[in-house]
Amino acid sequence: MFGIELQNVGKSFGNNEVLRDINLSIPKGSFTAIVGKSGCGKSTLLRVIAGLENVTSGSLAYTDGKAKRSDIRIMFQDDRLLPWESILKNVAIGGVGIKEAEAALEKVGLDGKKDAWPDELSGGQKQRVALARALASKPDVLLFDEPLGALDALTRMEMQHLIEGLWQEQKFTSVLVTHDVSEAVHLADRVIVLDEGGIQMDKQIDLPRQRERDEKFTSYEKNILDKIVGG
Amino acid sequence: MKKNQWYNNQIFPWLLPIVIVILWQVLGQLNLIKSTMLPTPFEVVEAGIRLFQTGELQENVYISTKRAVIGFAIGGAIGFLLGLFNGTILFFEKLTDTSIQMIRTIPHLALIPLVILWFGIGESAKIFLVAVGVMFPIYINTFSGIKNVDRKLIEMGKVYGMSKWQLFTNIILPGAMPNILVGIRYALGVTWISLIVAETIGAEGGIGYMATTAREFMQMDVVVLTIVLYAILGKLSDFIAKLCEQRLLKWNPAYRKN
Repeated sequence: MFGIELQNVGKSFGNNEVLRDINLSIPKGSFTAIVGKSGCGKSTLLRVIAGLENVTSGSLAYTDGKAKRSDIRIMFQDDRLLPWESILKNVAIGGVGIKEAEAALEKVGLDGKKDAWPDELSGGQKQRVALARALASKPDVLLFDEPLGALDALTRMEMQHLIEGLWQEQKFTSVLVTHDVSEAVHLADRVIVLDEGGIQMDKQIDLPRQRERDEKFTSYEKNILDKIVGG
Repeated sequence: MKKNQWYNNQIFPWLLPIVIVILWQVLGQLNLIKSTMLPTPFEVVEAGIRLFQTGELQENVYISTKRAVIGFAIGGAIGFLLGLFNGTILFFEKLTDTSIQMIRTIPHLALIPLVILWFGIGESAKIFLVAVGVMFPIYINTFSGIKNVDRKLIEMGKVYGMSKWQLFTNIILPGAMPNILVGIRYALGVTWISLIVAETIGAEGGIGYMATTAREFMQMDVVVLTIVLYAILGKLSDFIAKLCEQRLLKWNPAYRKN
């Protein structure tokens, strides 16, 4: 396991400054959520952490010297399953063996579908396969790029449960990008509000798990929402 | 799509050709079509049997098929490799694509006079023509197939630790396969067209040669037979291509058998 350190990170596309002066330390094994309006730079920040984008200024480091980019996995908003491979083969990619893939599918409750084609599954099932694929290589860091955005409310709750359970079991360092504040409060130890490329708020969520929508929960939620809307 | 309609089966598509052949036979027997204009289906079949017994039929079909296969293999391989390199490596695309697109607009059969001057009327002239004709459709479809592979899948592959070779075999090639197969099917049609023209112009064997000699001796039945032979061979090669599609694209619900 390793954490992530960002120091004075800035990112521009041409003249368009997407991220500016981000200082963020993500401890290993923690669950951090990044929220903000669309266009606030949250997805770019995730892609920088993943090493898919180079920083324009500042530095990005993994807190364990031996850590490699290959120990990081991303779960995307779309499932990005290969339509020409079976479910099992989709999970067993990039050096993951069949046994590990089967175990990962079992964890998300889809071991019965391993011989199916991706298009035979529902949207929620496909995202579960994507989660199994992300977990199969036992990553140190798992990045979530709005992975539940396209799912219906019930399936989303199911998935949140599943992700929380697996995180508690395996303690991979998690970073979740979402526009859904309630989802962020539900899952994360800490919520970061991003606006116009800078950190506006950095809030610890001190609630016991499994979290219920009680008074404390909604006060956190309101607090964060006000910050996003009010700026 | 409705799958359980009465017309959705193996036999129905053959109904129309069968009715046409029967009609043709009847009109011929009633002398409404003169056999010097168009022999009846029976006469054509008889001609087929006669030539089969002398061995000419098999001999010429074999020669033509051999030309088709060799020409297709050479042209297909060149087109595929060019598409592959130009689709994956920008340097090659910038270097060659414009030139290829220019040459492509020339109808390849317009090269016949040049080809005869270069190669005479031997085997290589025919194989060359087939290869040139096949090359472009396979090139264009391979190239655009590779260019249109979902970038998001490639990015996923990179994040999930695939090597360059794995990216190619697991994502780029299967992603381009539907287009490549379209190119192959189209190229198969071009193969037979090129061959028909090339063999009619000058050959000492093959189906086209059979047609030209039959014309000189006014053997209408053999002339029609050769046309039928081309149709059968064309349909047969398309059938093989379809089988390949069903095998290689079985992940695609449009190609999956119900």
